[in-house]
Formats: sequence, structure tokens, C-alpha cells
Amino acid sequence: MVDVDQAKMAEFLRASESRILDQWSETAARGVNGRISPAELRRELAELLTLVASAVSGQDESAAGQLRAVLQELSRSRARQGFSPSETAAAVFGLKEAVYALIGDSGDLLPEYLAFSRYVDGLGLLTFETFVAAREQIIADQAESMLELSTPVVRLWDGIIAVPLVGTLDSARTQLVMEKMLEALVATEAEHAVIDITGVPTVDTEVAQHLLKTVVAARLMGADCIITGIRPQIAYTIVSLGIEFGDVPTKQTLADGLAYALGRSGLKVVPA
Amino acid sequence: MERVPILKIGSTLLVSIQVDLQDQSVQQLQEDVAERIAATGAKGVIIDITAVEIVDSFIGRMLSMIGSMSRLFDAQTVLVGMRPAVAITLVELGLTLDGVQTALNTEKGLRLLSGGP
Amino acid sequence: MEDLPIRAGDDVVRVRQQVRAVAAAAGMSLIDQTKAVTAASELARNTLVHGGGGAARIEKVTSAAGRAGVRVAFEDSGPGITDLDLALTDGWSTGTGMGLGLSGARRLVDEFSLTTEPGSGTTVVMTKWAR
Repeated sequence: MVDVDQAKMAEFLRASESRILDQWSETAARGVNGRISPAELRRELAELLTLVASAVSGQDESAAGQLRAVLQELSRSRARQGFSPSETAAAVFGLKEAVYALIGDSGDLLPEYLAFSRYVDGLGLLTFETFVAAREQIIADQAESMLELSTPVVRLWDGIIAVPLVGTLDSARTQLVMEKMLEALVATEAEHAVIDITGVPTVDTEVAQHLLKTVVAARLMGADCIITGIRPQIAYTIVSLGIEFGDVPTKQTLADGLAYALGRSGLKVVPA
Repeated sequence: MERVPILKIGSTLLVSIQVDLQDQSVQQLQEDVAERIAATGAKGVIIDITAVEIVDSFIGRMLSMIGSMSRLFDAQTVLVGMRPAVAITLVELGLTLDGVQTALNTEKGLRLLSGGP
Repeated sequence: MEDLPIRAGDDVVRVRQQVRAVAAAAGMSLIDQTKAVTAASELARNTLVHGGGGAARIEKVTSAAGRAGVRVAFEDSGPGITDLDLALTDGWSTGTGMGLGLSGARRLVDEFSLTTEPGSGTTVVMTKWAR
């Protein structure tokens, strides 16, 4: 990305550092609207300018990496301060105007300017990308919170817990279900877990594998599972896909599962 | 090298494994358990891994081997106290601990060995 | 960043302890820490048993989105892996029944890369991110 011609540009940047900073600070200040003090802004830009000059000169291998890191941090901190990604990117693009204005005087750096301009474009886009990545992380975190809330584990009786699953059973949810179920096994000293899949819309081979993982995990901790809530609609799919639950007992309703677990625990429900 | 202590409760041997056992200690344990079963005629072995934070395939295999070996002496082995994090990791690793039964804790393990519910 | 030699069984334990420390510092949940440490243990053992010894480089890393994680690179100058597809298949093991544990370790982490050259060693890099 940086070629030999840029050595000239790097020199120019270093030589005219102060004037470039003046121009750049002025342009950037317009977009900042007082949210950052002029002194702070100038300091930020000065650090960036030094790194850009180093990176562009091609002499310092670590400069490009450092510049990247500083820009990413700038993007994140600006986002935290409430700036839009465009505002942050615009601040970076301001460097182009500043350099162009000053080149106008000497004129012979025009060919280098084109490459430099593209380079700064890349830097501005990087701040945008960082912003998007951070946003996506927030969305992922929120999705996870929602997942947490929709995975309850209930104690049905001494030694018997129920795990009613609602919604699709993907690997993320399976992980969460396993965590909560196993912790509940420890907390309640349960030996039976009734996994009810009435609320699971489809059961394909992937879902079946996830269910199986959950059963195996429970077994490793000394508890047996019963799968309940197999609706007629999914029963057909299960059979036609050749899915076999092996030695894991399956019952139609949660109540059936409870009765079964009680029986296995040596208990019986009798009229009062 | 620390040797894992083996206690005896009735006709059951109780082995309590502590954190981060060195490889040699685990292998030594296999020999020790075999010796003790032979010497005492124990019918059951309980391996308590409550304090174990990591079970990788090597340790998993060692545990399975203790189980298989005990069976040669007509003794059953029960693994107790597995931590949830370890169980989830083992499932993901695809490691099946053949040769051992499992129970939540020592009390349930003893009940299992005596043929209880 | 920590460079640990892997020459004996004790070293595997040291690798586990260091990876645990970094994973915890990265704010990883207990389950994720356990997975990361277990994967590292598998790979460290491989380096020892099949690679004839080598080293592990453990470092805390940060993603573009700002997430922290742990990255461990295992290097050995052993015989290398001749049949990669086979080695990465579940349940594959060599002779003594010790198994390569590669496929298992891969499932436990978020990023996994392996470079090997028969006759000149193997490098495996694993990364796990905190959620």
C-alpha cells in the first residue's frame, strides 16, 4: 500500500507538521462542535500525524500497526462520546484538505498526493469499520442477554428438575441450556432432568445432536434425562430423518415425564 | 511426586483427586488402585474429582482405564463430583468416559454402588 | 506474552496455569476458561508426545471490536503430520491409543490454524475470545 514515492510525502508531512496541524485542527474543530477542547483535539491529531508520517515513509515497520491501533481506539472513544461514525471519519479525512492546501504552494507533490489521498481514505474507512464492529458486538451481547432470560430451569420435585425449551435449539442456546441445567443439578442434587421440547419448532439432525450433547453432559454428572413434548408434527420428521434417541426415554407430556422420573426415584403418587 | 491417597470405607475404595495432578501421579494412581483392590477385595471404587478443574483426553483416558481395570477385579468404579464446566468441555471434546459410572457426589456414589435407587 | 518450553509433563501443567491466568484476565467466563485451558492442554501434550517437545507462546489479544481473548501458539520441530485429514478426524489415534486430540481441541476454541510439514515440525495456533 505504501510505495517508494511516499518517502517524499513523509518528508513533507514532517517538515510542514505544524502548519498541517493548524489546518487540520481547524477543519476537524468544525465537526466537533465543542465536544472536545481545541488543545485535546490538536494533541490527538498531532499523534496521528506523527504516526501517519512514519507509516507513509515506509521506514518504520511498526508504525502502520500502531497507527491502526490508535485509529481504532479513537473510533471507539469518539463513539462513546456520542459522535457518529461519519463525524469521526470526516475528522480523519480533514488531513487530506490540510495537506492539499499546503501542497498548492509547492505544486510538485501533486502526483504523490493522489496516492496519499487514497491512503487517508483507507484510514477514515478503518474508523468506520471499527465503529460497526463495536456496534455488532453490542447487538451480540444483547442477543445473549435475551437468550439467558428465556432459559429457565425449574425444580419439579426432590431430585427432579425440568428444562422447558422454547425456541430454536442452536449451538449458542444449547451451551446456555447445558450450563444452567448442570448448575441446577448441582444446586438441587437432582438425578433426573425432564427436557421438554414442546416449544422447539423443528427437530432436525442438528437439534437432535444438541439434545444428545445435553443428555451426555447430564449423565457425566450422574443424572438421567427424559425428553418430553414430542409433538405429532415433529414425530414424523424425527422418524423420517432416522433420528433415534437411543436409550433416552421419551414421553409425550411433561407430566408423563414427571411420573416416570418419580417412578425411577422410587416414589408413587397416591390419592390422599 | 505426590501419591493420591486411597481411603477405604467398608468394601469401597475412595480416591480424592486434587487439582492439576502431574501425569506420573495419575499413572501411579492406576497401579495403586489395582494393588489396593487386589489386597482388600474391594467391590467398588469412588473417584472424587470435585477439585479437578481440567480433564483433558489424557486424564479422561486414565480415569476410564482405572474403571476398566477395576472391572477385571470385579469392582465397579463411580466418578463423582464432576464440575459443570468440565462436563460441558468433555462433551465438546467428544470424550466418552467408558468404564466408569457417574454420580453427583460421594453419597450418591456409595448408594449407586450398593445397588440403591 | 509468555514463552514456555514444553519438554516434560510438568511443562504441560505450567502451560495450563498460564493460559488460565490469561483467560481469566481477559474476562472469560468459567466455562470458556475451562475450554481454553483444556484445548491448550491437549495441544501441549501433542507437542510433547508427537512433536518430541517444543514451546508454547501464550498471549492476551484484543479483537477489532474490543473483545479480549487468549492466543496460544504451539511449535515443535518433530516429524510433522503426514496425513492431516486423518489427524483432524474424530477419534483418530496413533498406536499407543493416546490420540492427537486435535479435532477435539479445535471444537473448544474460536480460531484454530495448523501448519505442518512432514519432516520439519508442526505449528498450531488457537484463539479463544471472551464473550
